[in-house]
Amino acid sequence: MTFKSILFNTTGEGANEVISDAPAFFVDLNLNQIIDAITAERDTYNLQPFFFTPLHSEDAIRYRHEIMQELKNENLMTAIKSFAGQMVVIRRYLALSDKLIYKYFKEGWFLEAAVQYYETVNNLAHDLSAIELKSRGFLAFRDYLKNYTGSDAFISLSTDAKKLSADFSDVKYSLHIHGLTVRVRKYEGETDFSVEVAQTFEKFKQGTVKDYRNKLREGTDVNDVEARILDFVAKLYPPIFAGLDGFYEQHSHFVNETISFFDREIQFYVAYLEFIAKFQPAGLNFCYPQISSVSKEVNDSEGFDLALANKLIAEGSSVVCNSFYLKDRERIFVVSGPNQGGKTTFARMFGQVHYLASLGCPVPGKEARLFLFDNLFTHFEKMEDIKDLRGKLQDDLVRMQEILAQATPDSIIIINEILTSTTLQDAIFLSKKVIEKIIGLDLLCVWVTFVEELSTYSEKTVSMVSTVNPENPAVSIFKVIRKPADGLSYAHAIAEKHHLTYKSLQERIKS
Amino acid sequence: MKVFLMYKDHDFDVQQELPLNEPELTQDLELDTLFNAMALGDYFLQDAAKKVIFAGLKDRPDSILYRQSILKDCLNNPVIVRNLYKIAEDAMETKQKNHWGWLLENSNPAYVMSVSVGALQMFVGNMKQLRTLADEHADKFESDGFKTLFAMIKKELDTPYFTLIQNHLRRLEFHHGILIGAELGKGNEGANYILRKPLDKKLNLMQRLFTKKSPVYSFRIETRDEGGSKALEELRNKGIKSAVNAVAQSADHIDSFFSMLRFELGFYVGSLNLHEQLMKIEEPASFPEPAEVNERQHSFSGLYDICLALTVKRKVVSNDLNADDKDLVLITGANQGGKSTFLRSIGLSQMMMQCGMFTPAETFRANVCDGLFTHFKREEDITMESGKLDEELKRTSLIVDRLTLNSIVLFNESFAATNEREGSEIARQITMGLVEKGIKVFFVTHQYEFAHGLYERKMPNAVFLRADRETDGTRTYKLSAGEPLQTSYGEDLYKRVFVNDKS
Repeated sequence: MTFKSILFNTTGEGANEVISDAPAFFVDLNLNQIIDAITAERDTYNLQPFFFTPLHSEDAIRYRHEIMQELKNENLMTAIKSFAGQMVVIRRYLALSDKLIYKYFKEGWFLEAAVQYYETVNNLAHDLSAIELKSRGFLAFRDYLKNYTGSDAFISLSTDAKKLSADFSDVKYSLHIHGLTVRVRKYEGETDFSVEVAQTFEKFKQGTVKDYRNKLREGTDVNDVEARILDFVAKLYPPIFAGLDGFYEQHSHFVNETISFFDREIQFYVAYLEFIAKFQPAGLNFCYPQISSVSKEVNDSEGFDLALANKLIAEGSSVVCNSFYLKDRERIFVVSGPNQGGKTTFARMFGQVHYLASLGCPVPGKEARLFLFDNLFTHFEKMEDIKDLRGKLQDDLVRMQEILAQATPDSIIIINEILTSTTLQDAIFLSKKVIEKIIGLDLLCVWVTFVEELSTYSEKTVSMVSTVNPENPAVSIFKVIRKPADGLSYAHAIAEKHHLTYKSLQERIKS
Repeated sequence: MKVFLMYKDHDFDVQQELPLNEPELTQDLELDTLFNAMALGDYFLQDAAKKVIFAGLKDRPDSILYRQSILKDCLNNPVIVRNLYKIAEDAMETKQKNHWGWLLENSNPAYVMSVSVGALQMFVGNMKQLRTLADEHADKFESDGFKTLFAMIKKELDTPYFTLIQNHLRRLEFHHGILIGAELGKGNEGANYILRKPLDKKLNLMQRLFTKKSPVYSFRIETRDEGGSKALEELRNKGIKSAVNAVAQSADHIDSFFSMLRFELGFYVGSLNLHEQLMKIEEPASFPEPAEVNERQHSFSGLYDICLALTVKRKVVSNDLNADDKDLVLITGANQGGKSTFLRSIGLSQMMMQCGMFTPAETFRANVCDGLFTHFKREEDITMESGKLDEELKRTSLIVDRLTLNSIVLFNESFAATNEREGSEIARQITMGLVEKGIKVFFVTHQYEFAHGLYERKMPNAVFLRADRETDGTRTYKLSAGEPLQTSYGEDLYKRVFVNDKS
């Protein structure tokens, strides 16, 4: 198998089919917050389009799962991270070389980039060869690297660069500065005075000391005086500098395009894994969902709203997990119950896990089976819209009609508190009309509503209820469950919440 | 040159973090009273006392005994020890006078050089004083710590050494320009600049017989060329940088020696201060017997709350206990019967023992712990009851996160912010959860169901203490062994407060 992309398997979508704008439902599901957080500090890679592009085949998803799981191997992750770090340096050196006007400095930074490049590529090839790889993506990439590092172009680049930098490491010269006169000559064996001073006072040393060198002021930019000195050094060592001129001409544009692409695409995985790693210390789980484009018996145990969790963890607050399952002919979650009880959060979670799954990413939850949808639609009430009642109700229905016109049995629809701008009787009537259509399409749906009648409307609907603490209804516990709360006493529930029951303590305190 | 007055073989880590629950310990055990008594208004002594006492929670019996013998030397020679401390203090003032230690980012190397050379010249004086004190008094000290320190001063600080220092300082004046060695670094930029010592003239001649002379190229910056002369100054600075670093680090080395001496000795000077105050109010101070961390020992006589004694400035009630081989000490009984005071004295004595100090008791023996935690009521909490229980459990959970297996946890009326049945159940689960893991728990409680329930279990590793009262209802503030009783004598308190109320 020839290697093309670490994100897309060769038989599936190509890298040029990437979508550059966020899907319409991103804001409703707070996916924009999630993707922003994932790609933060990686602007230069332009990763967002990869996160805007869902996959549509089980195999394409498996291709990513394999790679993502392979990256759990710490040796592999370390190799990739050090590769990425070195590639950043290479790009910086090349940019510097481009910018400089003094010839020998320009060529010097170019050589520096080349040295770093062949070492980087060789290191990666070497690291990968020492790792037992299973994923198709990495196996193909390893083969590609092996061929590339064996190619004539690459070998001549490394040999030339290696020899030149060895030559340069022998260059030693002395400067004598007296008044405004500078003399340049080769080094003649004078001793280091600072070492003598240091030795005299060494005995008082109490541990690590402040290093003044970085704090002392000095020039940074290359300047005219330094360029003149370098020209004299070139005169002291003419053959070495002639070699540098030749190297610069011969090896322009040495960075391989496939490797450059890999460097960008692999960051999709690294960014995601790094992002989810911070949830694990909080006891939150991620899993690789089973993906089916056929079965709609979806489930997820202990999932959570990733955008909300990201906020709560930053504040140091705890995150409440929720589970769901649909079996047999069940298709529609009708979520009702007290406000501030986590209903919207539940709806978002359902959408998020499905979307993230379609990217080939692990999703919040301990274990999950999810559906590979063809399209995802959201219809969230827009609180900030100030419109007259009839206008808003009408907008709701128009939007609903548009969605139903596009939706297929393989779509997912998430509805949050619509049809509120009318009487209850109207709302019941309209809701029933809409749900009949949804039932007819046999698609997966989450509907957050105050119209409880919907929850028992058909064998396809399942009732989910947000719950609050029974003894103190002011305190929400943000659990959304298939059945009402079972009346656990508040104190015990709260002790459980803090993991302070006898049983949890036995687990928490490690012998 | 090492001070080593805290540990036999390494320095005290001044940079170490205080335990995460430092604020709770300070508040619950009223540690500021202790630190203030040691510092007597000296900020530096306060800092040393605080850091050493908190760090003690990680110390083991061998280093505790090492410090005990040093502290005994201090108690025998208080004047000499205070003089030694004064020398270290003066050296630190040298630093202040020289404006050194205030060097900012991007200081000019030439400036740093002159300031550092100045500082080195003044330190020579402080070192000479140190040498004189060691010559005169070393024979009066018996502890390993002091003996090693004085022997080292005598060996390292002799006359030839002082001469060598002066010679170096003179060489750093650069009368004939600066000779800089350099190589080419990344991107052909000049790198590894080193200040070189020009070859002696004789040697130079010899050398020229053997080495092929390098051609010399030179150029001169025009006087009007401002950019050029600025670049030249930068280059000069790069050249002396390695030497400036060496000189400044040398001054730092000596500074850090005196600073370490001042810090470690500061702890003992603080202990001397504290000891003098206890003697004045005739409270006992005895050197404790620390037992290994995996043992379970806790026996003492005449243990008192040192912070209470320091506050009221007189002798206070003390308690005796034998809780060897016990993991749980449960304290119940009369309101205002001295239960919280007792709990504080447990925490304070543990910390004082572990840092190598004397303990506020006639006799004291306990195993060392590797973590000490307090869970006291937060009086300022005014949220509704359920919120309060939530807050208490949050704090407990934080303690559990930080627990190590040989920790001690002090609970003071915890989990009472709900009805007794539920509070007792929570308290029981938490207590049993901790005790079964071998964590030592001291628990003061009013909750009868909790206390009595545990009593009924007849656990071999538990002791039950009760705050006593005389038959007439007056408090002794003494604790004694006893079964938890159903009332906490609130009625007594009521009667005392409402003296004339006959109902």
